[in-house]
Amino acid sequence: MARVIFRWTVLTVMGVFFLLPLVAMVEFSTRDPRTWPLLVDWPRLSAEYPALAEGILASLAQAALTSVLMLVLLVPTAVWVRLRLPGLRRLVEFLCLLPLTIPAIVLVVGLAPVYAWVNYLIGGSSLTLVFAYTILVLPYAYRAIDTGLSAIDVKTLAEAARSLGAGWTTVIWRVVLPNIRSAVLSAAFLTVALVLGEFTIASLLHRTNLQVAIEYLGKSSATVSVAVSLAALLLAFVLLLVLSLAGSSKKGKTS
Amino acid sequence: MTGVAVHLDGLRRTFGAVQALDDLDLSIEPGELVALLGPSGCGKTTALRILAGLEEVTAGRVLVGGKDVTRLPANKRGMGMVFQAYSLFPHLSALQNVEFGLRLRSLRQTSAKAREMLALVGLENEATRYPHQLSGGQQQRVALARALAIEPQVLLLDEPLSALDAKVRVQLRDEIRRIQTEVGTTTLFVTHDQEEALAIADRVGVMRAGRLEQLATPSEVYLRPATAFVADFVGLSNRLPGTVTGGTVEVLGHRLPLVTPHTGGAVTALIRPEAIEAVPDPDSAARVLTSSFLGSLSRVTVAVDDHLVVAQVPSGRLPELAPGTPVRITIQPVAVALE
Repeated sequence: MARVIFRWTVLTVMGVFFLLPLVAMVEFSTRDPRTWPLLVDWPRLSAEYPALAEGILASLAQAALTSVLMLVLLVPTAVWVRLRLPGLRRLVEFLCLLPLTIPAIVLVVGLAPVYAWVNYLIGGSSLTLVFAYTILVLPYAYRAIDTGLSAIDVKTLAEAARSLGAGWTTVIWRVVLPNIRSAVLSAAFLTVALVLGEFTIASLLHRTNLQVAIEYLGKSSATVSVAVSLAALLLAFVLLLVLSLAGSSKKGKTS
Repeated sequence: MTGVAVHLDGLRRTFGAVQALDDLDLSIEPGELVALLGPSGCGKTTALRILAGLEEVTAGRVLVGGKDVTRLPANKRGMGMVFQAYSLFPHLSALQNVEFGLRLRSLRQTSAKAREMLALVGLENEATRYPHQLSGGQQQRVALARALAIEPQVLLLDEPLSALDAKVRVQLRDEIRRIQTEVGTTTLFVTHDQEEALAIADRVGVMRAGRLEQLATPSEVYLRPATAFVADFVGLSNRLPGTVTGGTVEVLGHRLPLVTPHTGGAVTALIRPEAIEAVPDPDSAARVLTSSFLGSLSRVTVAVDDHLVVAQVPSGRLPELAPGTPVRITIQPVAVALE
């Protein structure tokens, strides 16, 4: 009985701790009844808050491009390491996990001179953040993809496909990728969630994205800023929910 | 489909300090099924993988149909391969698995050809099933159909039966032989199971430490083992002391011919249990120690002087050979190998 009480006490305290700020956000953002309808009315939103609209579009484009770049880099690398360079697996894992241990502010200090060249060579578009974000998402994406590859016998499948006449591109595209689909989805969703919530690097490198736009907006229109933050949070929740559903449906299929 | 000749010419392969293949020479005739047999780590799988193009050679050449393919990548060699591990693509149905290689070659009527191959392995009714819905034996049959669908120059079988249970193993073994004879593809079969190798192959190559100890027909390998290792590895052998004189060896009072000539002196002869007969004889000093029932045949262990001799007898005779029974040992005059 005492354990049940303890369990419910902990759950209640945790629930209040997490939910209270969200409830406060809902309460605050609904004080003005025009706020939420504005968020689903894109023409009006972009007319009234052009910086916010620009930030949303930039973040969506960054999320999509980062996902693509991450997959193009990571999937062939992870497959190749498993097939041909198993001795390097630890090193690659270590390198991919490094960004987790480096604070964003330190990363920016290192990236600033690189971005000076990026500015010079391809301009200062907010999309150039994709390069930094690809590094930032490596720890999460690598883990997801590596777990997916562990679930299948990559070596035998690749060798079977090779003996049937498949080149390496075909092996990865038609044999490996379809069998690590849920791992790829996980990596992509984590990337999207991370990019949509990124503020430090964008702000310090003077680029725009959703979080930078929200921060600016907070100074002039606090209600809209909080409503957009809440909407972004909900989107991330939905993505993570889809991710866990994709994971559990895969488990059901293989059992 | 007609077979091509395969020549492995002085193959050497080292992995760090380990010499997996040591100057291996092997010739396979067109349409022939050769089984490479040997203990773990003897290099048999390495030889097969080199032929498949999945492993690189340190030295030597691989000739298929007279053409040097040593440097040709695996996907250009046109070899069909069945692996020890289940290798069907999990996201494709049985039919789609068989179609995979055909589609890569942009052949017409891939579906019809794939169905024909599934029928060949007796799985035409399982075409829409996915690998996880098939049994281990069915998966290996689909893998065989997939390998044969591309009309390979050479069929490579890398211990395809080792993950299956005993009954399925024997069924599929016979089926592989039937299909191989039917399509006539030159085949290399790798196994560590001597019974499997002897049952399926036209010729058996027994390997040890990266070299071929003997390459001969199954009956020759069994009855006339070229070396003590072959005699010991293929089948069960008694190790009995003997003396070589005048081109024959005397063992337990029996004079036996030799597989290979010997200069003379004290030797250890390797004699198969089926060449030894045990007959009850109250005057004999030899005694039955143990007997084991193995089905239609049984084995009895007999203590003769200071030696233990294993003899194979029909199971019907087991009651008269109970432990403790005095028996007389006779050895059939078949050629024996020396250690």
